[in-house]
Amino acid sequence: MSVIFILIIAGLIIALGFLIAFIWAVKSGQFDDRETPAMRILFDDSIRHHNKNNKSEKS
Amino acid sequence: MNPDQTAGTQKTCFHCGETITTPAIRNAEKYFCCNGCRQVYLLLNESNLYSYYDLNPTPGKTNPGQAEKAGFAYLDDPAVIDRLTLHNEGTLATVIFKIPSIHCSSCVYVLEKLYKLDPGIRSSDVDFLRKELSFEYDTSRTQLRKIVTLLASIGYEPQIDLTNSKNTIHQTSRQDLYIKLGIAGFAFGNIMLLSLPEYLAIRDKVDPLLQTLFRVLSLLLALPVLLVSARGYFKGALTGLRQGLINIDFPVSLGILSLFGRSVYEIISGSGSGYLDSFVALVFLLLLGKLFQDKSYATLSFERDYRSYFPVSVIKKTAAGEVNISLSKLKTGDRILIRNGEIIPADAILIRSNTQIDYSFVTGESAPVEKSAGDLLYAGGRQVGGAIEVDVVKPVSQSYLTQLWNKDLYRKHQKSPLLSLTDRISRNFTAGLVLIAIAAAGYWASQDLPRAVNAFTAVLIVACPCALALSAPFTLGTAMRVFGNNHFYLKNMNVVEALDKIDTVIFDKTGTLTYSGKSAVKFRPIAGQMELTRTEKKRIRSLVRHSGHPLSQSLYRWLGEGQLLKVTNYREVPGQGIEGFVADHQLKLGSAGFTGVSQKAGPGSSVWFSQDGICRGYFRLDNEYRPGLGKTLARLSRNYALALLSGDNDRERESLLQYFPAGELHFNQSPFEKLSFIRQRQKSGAKVLMVGDGLNDAGSLKQSNVGVSVSEDKNAFSPACDGILSAGEFSKLPDFLLLAKDAGRIIRLSFLISFLYNGIGIGFAVTGNLSPLISAVLMPVSSISVVAFSTLATRYAGRRRGLPI
Repeated sequence: MSVIFILIIAGLIIALGFLIAFIWAVKSGQFDDRETPAMRILFDDSIRHHNKNNKSEKS
Repeated sequence: MNPDQTAGTQKTCFHCGETITTPAIRNAEKYFCCNGCRQVYLLLNESNLYSYYDLNPTPGKTNPGQAEKAGFAYLDDPAVIDRLTLHNEGTLATVIFKIPSIHCSSCVYVLEKLYKLDPGIRSSDVDFLRKELSFEYDTSRTQLRKIVTLLASIGYEPQIDLTNSKNTIHQTSRQDLYIKLGIAGFAFGNIMLLSLPEYLAIRDKVDPLLQTLFRVLSLLLALPVLLVSARGYFKGALTGLRQGLINIDFPVSLGILSLFGRSVYEIISGSGSGYLDSFVALVFLLLLGKLFQDKSYATLSFERDYRSYFPVSVIKKTAAGEVNISLSKLKTGDRILIRNGEIIPADAILIRSNTQIDYSFVTGESAPVEKSAGDLLYAGGRQVGGAIEVDVVKPVSQSYLTQLWNKDLYRKHQKSPLLSLTDRISRNFTAGLVLIAIAAAGYWASQDLPRAVNAFTAVLIVACPCALALSAPFTLGTAMRVFGNNHFYLKNMNVVEALDKIDTVIFDKTGTLTYSGKSAVKFRPIAGQMELTRTEKKRIRSLVRHSGHPLSQSLYRWLGEGQLLKVTNYREVPGQGIEGFVADHQLKLGSAGFTGVSQKAGPGSSVWFSQDGICRGYFRLDNEYRPGLGKTLARLSRNYALALLSGDNDRERESLLQYFPAGELHFNQSPFEKLSFIRQRQKSGAKVLMVGDGLNDAGSLKQSNVGVSVSEDKNAFSPACDGILSAGEFSKLPDFLLLAKDAGRIIRLSFLISFLYNGIGIGFAVTGNLSPLISAVLMPVSSISVVAFSTLATRYAGRRRGLPI
């Protein structure tokens, strides 16, 4: 019977992980525009984010 | 020069898909309608962006081409750049532009590949639904002006609005709602699972330790729902109380708090498991309703004022020459240059050369007004003719027309006694609810004190107006969606409710009842002359094509299609007419004097025509009414009082009288007279719907209970209003109003249903024995059935009114 304690706690932790992932996704703006990404995926070459990595350079 | 068009084959432009009428421009196998389209094609092809044409055939929408280099000079002004820049990071700047011509995936493709066209652009992103482009560029490698010129040259001229460039508020509020909903949904599912033993009534068979764990976990899960998800309702109730009124948020908060409070008490005291499952379900459902009601049209702007209609910059004449300055820097006494087709930004005095001003959008007058040097020009008119010079006499913000916005004329909507139906009912509802709760508690108090407390909280819990709070958003939201699918876009749901109460409909004439820029044309030959022959029509059409004058454009459209002839020695005399040689004939079109007759054509717009010095007659141009106008107005007049307010003169009184049998026709109305007419009507108790279009209606649209702007293109300028009606759907206006009435009826019906459930619930509650199971079943069932009823009934009503969703 006591295994149910572990299971419930483990289940909740996993669900909590998904909740945190959802909140992160909303905050990072993934739900702001739900139309354009669907079009973007059809374009052939995707070097669009070529600059997002070196944002730290400051002159 | 030979037109290289082979007879019979209609060629379309490879870039924009328009039928090619003029000699086609060839490039390899492809044809283009103009040099602008060809330029775009070459540029994209060179930069390896050919996929633009693979994704969609003929993706170019409008004729690009003439991006005036000088037109964007104000973008070199550091103050303007600063205004438009969202944030600056070293030499990197981020800018968001609204680009109305974004319409297909090709647009997204090319705009997100801007870095190939200008290496100074680091990255660009398109938001398709909002028609926005955000890009990051290196200020040391390129300039904003260069980018805008580039955008304009490929057909994506941004709509630059210096007044509200930094708006990200909407986005964050949406994110907020998603997070609240996520938390509530998460807690809802988990608490339901943990409450399973309670539902199955196997409480006695469960390990007591386990039961405690379940209850504590439920409490922990419910806490963020109370603190985060439900926060908006407490805030709403408090703001309402501070203004001295009880809105729907108040009974909702009351229910939420008593649910939570009693659950906490039961769990801590160990007397029961509480109603946490009902609590989170309630919050979750309420938030779902909010998500539904939050639907708005991001691409449409309902709050535009004159500043989005006026130019952003003007050309100022100084001793040093012509400079481009932004409109906000324009001062009294400045001399500015206004070219053909431009808008006069401030009240000014005409200094050089005569001209005609097209005030149709401002005053509703359809014919352009002739002005000569020394005349005062009001802001907002469109200049037709050659370039003119004017001296500004009033600052932009104090010009005749712009005063309409600045004056404290309107005290509408805000804090008006027009409370929404939900709020009005919830006031009585709350009073009744508290009374019942007190009565129940009073009844038990003498016999059994704990039971009295139980009964009191149970009434508040079970009567929580969840269904009440949901029925209006879902009904109005669905109605708004039906409207939107039929090209009638409303600012928010409250407009549907306001439409339900309308009893008077007031129309503007020009552009609302009539087509803007389209006229019924008739040719009247003068005595001794014949009707026009086909070749003559062809010649006239070739000539008027060169003129930007509204009358010329109306004639051009009326004269039909076909090949054009070459025009030589073309000349446009502002305020007089146009002339030129077509196929060795000298043609003159314009005023009577210009064509050499002294005759009068009677009131209205007329264009005289002479060929080789012989006057042939004149064209009569009358406003063309929208198709089915008579039927539309007749249907409306059955339920509503109708009136017409026109800025135009009264020459069409006779023909309009058949549409307005009550004879409420008012002509030569200034914008201010229109406004005060509506206000007078409202004082005598009328609820007014104003249907208008131009800037001259801006005041009346704002003053009326519901202001609807009729627009040929929903993204084009329309003054501040509550709704935008696509001009093609004008004849559906009576159906829209009927559906709004249906929506009101559906809301009242669903209130009844929700009261029914509440009655049943209260029946249980007053006894003080509210089992968690009954509460957990009753609350979602009532909410869901009300939501289902209001949504389905509204959809059905829409279909019955001929408005499919």
